[in-house]
Amino acid sequence: MIKAEWFYWLVGLSFLVMASQMVTDRSNPKRYGTGAFWGLIGAGFIYSSWVVTKQAPAEPLGVAVLVMAALAGFGFTGRGTPRTTTTEERAASAARFGNRLFVPALTIPVVAMACAIGVKHLSFGGEPVLQQGSETILGLGIGAVVALVVGMVMLREKRLSVPVQSGRSMLEAMGWAMLLPQMLATLGAIFQVSGVGDQVGKLTTSVLPKDSLVIAIVVYCVGMFAFTIIMGNAFAAFPVMTAAVGWPVLIGHFHGNAAAVLAIGMLAGFCGTLVTPMAANFNIVPAALLELKDQYGPIKAQLPTAGVLLGCNIVIMTLFAF
Amino acid sequence: MIVLLGVLVVVLGFATKRNPLLVVGVAGIATGLLGGLSPGKVLAAFGEGFAGSRAVTIFAITLPVIGLLERYGLQEQARNLIARFGRLTTGRFLALYLGLRQIGAAVGLTNVFGHAQTVRPLAVPMAEGAAERKYGALPDRTREKVRSFSASADNIGLFFGEDVFLAVGSILLITGFVNTTYGTHLEPLHLALWAIPTAVCAFVVHGWRLLRLDRQLERELLTADVQPSAAVEAAQ
Repeated sequence: MIKAEWFYWLVGLSFLVMASQMVTDRSNPKRYGTGAFWGLIGAGFIYSSWVVTKQAPAEPLGVAVLVMAALAGFGFTGRGTPRTTTTEERAASAARFGNRLFVPALTIPVVAMACAIGVKHLSFGGEPVLQQGSETILGLGIGAVVALVVGMVMLREKRLSVPVQSGRSMLEAMGWAMLLPQMLATLGAIFQVSGVGDQVGKLTTSVLPKDSLVIAIVVYCVGMFAFTIIMGNAFAAFPVMTAAVGWPVLIGHFHGNAAAVLAIGMLAGFCGTLVTPMAANFNIVPAALLELKDQYGPIKAQLPTAGVLLGCNIVIMTLFAF
Repeated sequence: MIVLLGVLVVVLGFATKRNPLLVVGVAGIATGLLGGLSPGKVLAAFGEGFAGSRAVTIFAITLPVIGLLERYGLQEQARNLIARFGRLTTGRFLALYLGLRQIGAAVGLTNVFGHAQTVRPLAVPMAEGAAERKYGALPDRTREKVRSFSASADNIGLFFGEDVFLAVGSILLITGFVNTTYGTHLEPLHLALWAIPTAVCAFVVHGWRLLRLDRQLERELLTADVQPSAAVEAAQ
């Protein structure tokens, strides 16, 4: 059975290799801090395998995470000058290989699709080929590995160090943004156990008048939207707002159609995901990956759509759920 | 009530543009301690949070091959390719991408597209190439805008497509939560059907905004041509 952990190890291992390249890169004025940051992330990826199975204590990893945050947060990381091809060389290479360059690039989505549709149902010796519940991650991982092989063979590139160096300069360019989604997932978990959700639920219940259907719908949808902005994730907002307003008031008191109320409520939360820097993997990481100067660029592009769709959700729920 | 201080730390931190890693670290420690966790428990929470959320970073596995192909001119070739489709403007191309992303997510193919595997190497050079064909080299501000809208097409397509698929996390969360908490028997199929009206709205609203991007580019870039940029800078 192909397991998701194997690909976490592969990511961890490549971060460690890239970290060793960073430390020896003299064009980076902060090469030690940069190497330490990515080395810790890489080692953390591998150590985590034993944390999720409770075979190793989580506290040392927690210390390492805070050290990573401090390294990047206090400016000890930087980037070197990437050793890559010039614009002219790229144009010449594009003319030479032409549309064949798309073959490895499209290998990733094609393999991911094949895993999600076909390989998912295959089993070998009574065991499924892919670890269940991780098929989309595995599809991406297998796709990336196959694409790398296809690409190196097609381009007749014999040195594995070339793609690793290219990947490393993309990592350096993204910097701290790469760690942010995982830090925010932690914050969400801490908010949960500390009872932040219950407090927000109590606040919402206290401001909610009991007799107006329209106001209750607006409070549920806007509450999902606002709480998702705070938590960075509609999944964290959903149980809180549903326990406070959705179930007791909209479904219990006003007899709404449960499936419609809950599905549309969740989508109101998704509008919040579009406008919050807390949803770093969707909003901040792409800004770094696309080398934007304004890290809020994607959020600004999404804000008007998110506002209109929040209104749409309120209208759709009012018209069809009651 | 005092645990809400952590939320305030996050809001203030982002508003004053502190480094987000520090903001989140401080907010997490403060909320955990105020909420009655021991320092050891707070550290363990950071460790478990990192270990349990590695899936969001797994896209890094695609970076070496994407980097390799970019070195050999993938982005240049994406620009060359779009140049052959004269009618495909930036806005029309991105609306097409939005539609494909949404349909892909609706049939469960959430990882087939993404910021690392399709937006950076393919969608952005094509969207920029379509504009460059018409206006020549793009000023940085326009480039930023086209890239931001490319990222938005991916996000909006994903968010408002995936809920139409039955086995996606958010649908399973809804059924899991209400069926165990309130003892109901909600079917994933009904929830997925109720996601369709919003999905249609999302495509119409964002697709319209993407098409309007063409007119914005025309206005910005053609007026910039009339006034040489040096004169504009001097006037400011």
